[in-house]
Amino acid sequence: MSAAGNLRMRAAQEKKLREFVTPEGVDLQLRIASAALRLGALLIDLILIVLTLVLFTLLILWAGLASNSSIAVTVWLLGAFVLRTFWFIGFELGARAATPGKRLMGIRVVARDGGRLTADAVVARNLIRELELFLPLTMMGVGAAEDMVSGWTALAGVAWSLTLSLFLLFNRDRMRMGDLIAGTWVVMAKRAKLDRDITADGGGVDAIRFTDAELAVYGIYELQELERVLRGADPRAMRDVADTIRGKIGRPVAEEDDVFLTSYYRQLKARLERGLLFGKRREDKYASE
Amino acid sequence: METARPADAPGFSTSRFRAEREADWIAFDTLLGRLETRSAKALSSDELLQLPILYRATLSSLSIARATMLDKALLDHLEGLAMRGYFLIYGVRETRLSRLRRFFLYDWPAAVRAVWKETLIIALIITLGALTSWSLVAHNPEWYYNFVPEEMAGGRDPRATVEFLRSTLGHGKAGGEDQGALHVFATFLFTHNSRVSIMSFALGFAFGVPTMMLEYYQGIGLGAMLAVFSAKGLGVDFGGWLFIHGTTELFAAALSGAAGLRIGSAVVFPGARSRLQAAAEAGRTAGKVMVGVILMLLAAGLLEGFGRQLITDTVMRYAIGSLMLAFWLAYFYIPRRENVA
Repeated sequence: MSAAGNLRMRAAQEKKLREFVTPEGVDLQLRIASAALRLGALLIDLILIVLTLVLFTLLILWAGLASNSSIAVTVWLLGAFVLRTFWFIGFELGARAATPGKRLMGIRVVARDGGRLTADAVVARNLIRELELFLPLTMMGVGAAEDMVSGWTALAGVAWSLTLSLFLLFNRDRMRMGDLIAGTWVVMAKRAKLDRDITADGGGVDAIRFTDAELAVYGIYELQELERVLRGADPRAMRDVADTIRGKIGRPVAEEDDVFLTSYYRQLKARLERGLLFGKRREDKYASE
Repeated sequence: METARPADAPGFSTSRFRAEREADWIAFDTLLGRLETRSAKALSSDELLQLPILYRATLSSLSIARATMLDKALLDHLEGLAMRGYFLIYGVRETRLSRLRRFFLYDWPAAVRAVWKETLIIALIITLGALTSWSLVAHNPEWYYNFVPEEMAGGRDPRATVEFLRSTLGHGKAGGEDQGALHVFATFLFTHNSRVSIMSFALGFAFGVPTMMLEYYQGIGLGAMLAVFSAKGLGVDFGGWLFIHGTTELFAAALSGAAGLRIGSAVVFPGARSRLQAAAEAGRTAGKVMVGVILMLLAAGLLEGFGRQLITDTVMRYAIGSLMLAFWLAYFYIPRRENVA
């Protein structure tokens, strides 16, 4: 990876961050959820809704209530409508502001202005879904039913309604039509476990001492990649990384990989954090000291 | 120990920082977990008092960690914790029950009152649509076939006999559906009408134009039918047939159109606000109106599916329809004290 590549990647990630300052004055830096995650969440929710309906129908059949089929029809008509409309609204009004699909994808709804997410905003954003989801389907249905009076007219209808549905692809904040009108965002609901402190264990005794010149070859990006490898604890990855570092700083293979890497990580981190205290943030190995 | 540490290690130790504060983060995490799965009742009052303190401690830790530490896992954990804490502490501080109560007592009528101008406009548009088609069909019945599609009319067109038309109004048993299918009929009407209303609301963002067209079209169908029935001297009976649920249903239709129009006009004339902000504010008012509209349509579906089929007396139908209208008008528009809470 080149210096320009690194820079591009960081810029792309920062583009998805949104300033979100709490009343205490801390910027929470919300990250906008990607369109793929949104689609995944929607599909999961739709599948769950259909499953619920099937289960409910089976339950009614089992209870022997539906001797005639009219009750089953009612259940499907009414149930599909009620579930479709209130599934999303009900779950998004909860403490986690996310449907089961959204939870699985690790995303949630927030109010764009930093205020609290109100019930009317949730209702507005979800009623618009009816339009976004079902207008293209209806248009296609019309096209098929009219026996293609003019295929092009139907196609134009579908295309027009699809631009509504795919609206979120055309703006930076990945807002659906509904998000736009309700004043909401869908953001990543980050939940990371509190992992152990790699530098803490080992009692602070370093098996190997690295010189300043040996530590000066890397920056924060490389440090955090090294952290990821150490936490992953995959022997093959550790071997590759250890060999790369050894090659770069010109050390022979003398110690176990994990001992070598932990020592190097610990001392590199100490060095870079000291830099931070002096106001120097070295983003990656291409940045100057 | 001091000699074992590298000579260039900073005096401020990030490990020590973490060791000092870790207990707070863990305590905050457990409290949040319990709040998220259950409600505020799951916590004792001591724990509730702890919550904001732990929240501020976590935010302060996050600020320090961002400035001094490079441990990615730790930073991610703190950011996630601060975010969860923020949304819980500044989130909704109301139980669902009290929110429901507030919606019916204050929010819904207030939202409906707020869109009164739009409601009037949509009501005018529906009336205009009805008048247009009524006058056209009354002069030349051929127009009817342009307004009402064949499958919707179900034989109720200008060629039909008086007896047939009367039978469709449910006087006498020839009316059609057997009693067992009434709930299917009511359900179908409810879901269909709700979808039309949601559409006319949702299309509002396109400057309100599709909304107005949809409402005009509803009026057209109505006027055409009215013209056919009144030409055969069944105007009063048809009125009753329509009135029993129509006051609720058309009111709901007008409100949904008004909600859509509110969004459309906010996008076109945002005033001093930005367009996005104006749309968001209008959307919230409209959202409240729409929840109510769905409830009204549920009532209309019940009236249409059950009430109209079971009550065949025209006077009775008029009475129920007027009663419903009076109820909605009083509920929405009688002035009351604002919600102070």
